Amino acid sequence: MIRLTGLVKRYGRFTAVDGIDLEVPRGELFGLLGPNGAGKTTTIRMIAGILRPTAGTVEVGGIDIGTHPLEAKHRMGYIPDRPFVYDKLTGGEFLRFAAALYGQEGPAVERRIDELLELFELTRWKDELTESYSHGMRQKLIISGALVHRPAVIVVDEPMVGLDPKSARLLKDLFRQFVDRGGTVLMSTHTLEIAEQVCDRIAIVYRGKVAAHGTMDEVRRQTASGDMSLEEVFLKLTGGLREHQLDAVLEA
Amino acid sequence: MEIGDRSQPALWTILTPKWRGALARLRQERQGSRTRGALVLLVGAGFWAAVFGVAYRVLSYIQRVPDIGDLLAGKMLAVILLAFLSILLLSNVITALSTFFLAKDLDLLVAAPVGGMRLYLAKLGETVVHSSWMVALLALPILTAYGIVFSGGPLFPFVALAAFVPFLILPAVLGTIVTVLLVNVFPARRTRELLGLLGLGVLGVLVLSLRFMRPEQLARPEGFQNFVDYLVVLRTPTSDLLPSEWAAGMIMNWLLRVSDPDPVARLWGAAAAALAAGIVVHRRLFRLGYSKAQEGAERKVRRPLRGAIGGIMQALPPTEREFLLKDMRLFFRDNSQWSQLILLAVLLMIYIFNISALPIHSGERIPFTLVTIISFLNLGLAGFVLAAIAARFVFPGVSLEGRQMWLLRSSPLKPATMLWSKYWFGTLPLLGLALCITLLTNWLLRVSPFMMVVSVGTILLYTLAVCALALSFGVFYPQFGTENAAQIPTSFGGVVYMMASLCLLAIVIMIEAVPVTAHLRAHQRGEALGATPELLLAGTAVVGILVAATVVPLRLSARRIEQMEF
Repeated sequence: MIRLTGLVKRYGRFTAVDGIDLEVPRGELFGLLGPNGAGKTTTIRMIAGILRPTAGTVEVGGIDIGTHPLEAKHRMGYIPDRPFVYDKLTGGEFLRFAAALYGQEGPAVERRIDELLELFELTRWKDELTESYSHGMRQKLIISGALVHRPAVIVVDEPMVGLDPKSARLLKDLFRQFVDRGGTVLMSTHTLEIAEQVCDRIAIVYRGKVAAHGTMDEVRRQTASGDMSLEEVFLKLTGGLREHQLDAVLEA
Repeated sequence: MEIGDRSQPALWTILTPKWRGALARLRQERQGSRTRGALVLLVGAGFWAAVFGVAYRVLSYIQRVPDIGDLLAGKMLAVILLAFLSILLLSNVITALSTFFLAKDLDLLVAAPVGGMRLYLAKLGETVVHSSWMVALLALPILTAYGIVFSGGPLFPFVALAAFVPFLILPAVLGTIVTVLLVNVFPARRTRELLGLLGLGVLGVLVLSLRFMRPEQLARPEGFQNFVDYLVVLRTPTSDLLPSEWAAGMIMNWLLRVSDPDPVARLWGAAAAALAAGIVVHRRLFRLGYSKAQEGAERKVRRPLRGAIGGIMQALPPTEREFLLKDMRLFFRDNSQWSQLILLAVLLMIYIFNISALPIHSGERIPFTLVTIISFLNLGLAGFVLAAIAARFVFPGVSLEGRQMWLLRSSPLKPATMLWSKYWFGTLPLLGLALCITLLTNWLLRVSPFMMVVSVGTILLYTLAVCALALSFGVFYPQFGTENAAQIPTSFGGVVYMMASLCLLAIVIMIEAVPVTAHLRAHQRGEALGATPELLLAGTAVVGILVAATVVPLRLSARRIEQMEF
């Protein structure tokens, strides 16, 4: 379970996240939607314990990450939007290191590493340095890294970027089965189709605040959008297209 | 089709992100902690004052030597500038690879309608600033001392600047040419490794040749057949082809009121010719090299590094063990990091050679006082070498985590675990080295048991302190965005660390002068050295200062890491 209470993040005078309250219970896949710069990544990074909130609290599995960071982080797997890994480690070594950060080692971890590499079709590259991996392969490696210690909660920022259609499908199925078995996933995405397909509930974040949240139907009701598609609801809440600006840009 | 000059962005526009970024960083620093700012200013001012003070005293003494004072001062300047030149050559080769082939803004600039010459000049400017600022800062107090001692007059700063600018441009252009040529032969990632080795090889040869030229002979005129021979050596430049000789000649000609346009013409002519050659090479080879630089990642692991070392480390908990193993793998698999050990080996060879070259074993009876003083000074030199090695191998520790910090901060890894792991990874080999240097040189010097205890104790505590300082300055001045690990020690934080560690060394040596003097006096009187309150106080002060210099920075940096945001 993830609970955000009055979460605020300010950088000087700029407020990136402005009092977000959200609760994602066990067994739910929750989508955080919003335009660029809305505060999604900042929120995700505060949940992961990388950024410190200016105000408010983050609880993971009932544990406040501000006061008990190590206990909270033990339950969580974090997948960032950019797959930076150690270039001079092999895929296998990276996963072994990721497991060790959670205090795990031994034959069970080795089996888990092999399972994950097999699942993401990286077994062939297990003993090769990650500097030779493609963007998509690195993305799959960090997803494996987030799963290697069997977390109860997964926090993921733009998971589909760089993945081929087969891997994207695999990841959607993986997240679905993970929550069906009692796990919790909080995922930020720009891809509205993905949110519509896999998320149980969503929140649309705009200028650091939650503009609407709930199931698809609840969001439509909250925004008086009738039977509009999620894309239309999203554009209605976040400003949408400006035809005259398009004209101005495209004019010779 | 080459686009016209007018439709290209101006050189200043291309450089805008750089100078605006520098200004923004400066503003951020000003808004940061005032105590930290004041401390940096204090350390910097102290260091400059010390360099100026030493240079001023030495020059004032040399100037008074009849007949040859001016020649000696000129020779000394040429040797200093030669040392700067060797540093600049290595630094420019490393920096040019980053600025021309690995920098993040290159995709944008190469894709934009920017002509070859403008791109070259912009990147050359960046290379000069990055690689030379430290040398320029160090040269400032030395040249100021020259200007004051020899009454250079109000125009001297302009003359010194006119000599220094082409002196900085020449190695920078050479560095860019070598880099472009090498990248066209090898992919950039491989070149970075190759350049590390090549640059160190060049530096090693330079340092060794400088050492075997035996400059100490200049201080011992009695070693020459007659005074004329000595004068001939003083008057002859080390080499007519070295820019350091031309720059020294230009500066000394002004100071001694000699009107000789030869050094000016050579310096500026060579700089202009080198710049033209740099532009031609860049125009012909940069685009192809840049394309090749995108290729060539290494795939296979050469050394799995688990077996024996993994076995020894089994006693550690898994997090600590894997963290250390990870650091070892990253270090030994990146040639640009471990190859600097070659430089270290060269420096140590010279160091030991210097000690063994002292005339202690030549049958002459060397006074006890002299041996004690040399062994005491040797302690200072060993401390300097250790501080420099810590700057290269311990200071970048946290910066090298850079982009992977998301993994460490989102995991339940305690910041203290990371810090201690980095600390011991750097400190243990350095402790071994410090002990080897001190024991070996003390043995060569045949020092007394008292000096052995003082020097070994001091060097052990100083190594612990200097590693803590290096790691902590690395935490407070991290370089997370750097493209090249070899550049990290030459950053602002690296220089401040070096100043701080040398100030610490100076303080320790000043305090220890008290017991060492007491030891000498007791020996002269033929008495045993007693534990006087003065000695106990000095010993306690040294231990206290070094322990505080170890513990306080580590505690502060552990707190700092916890507060860091990425």
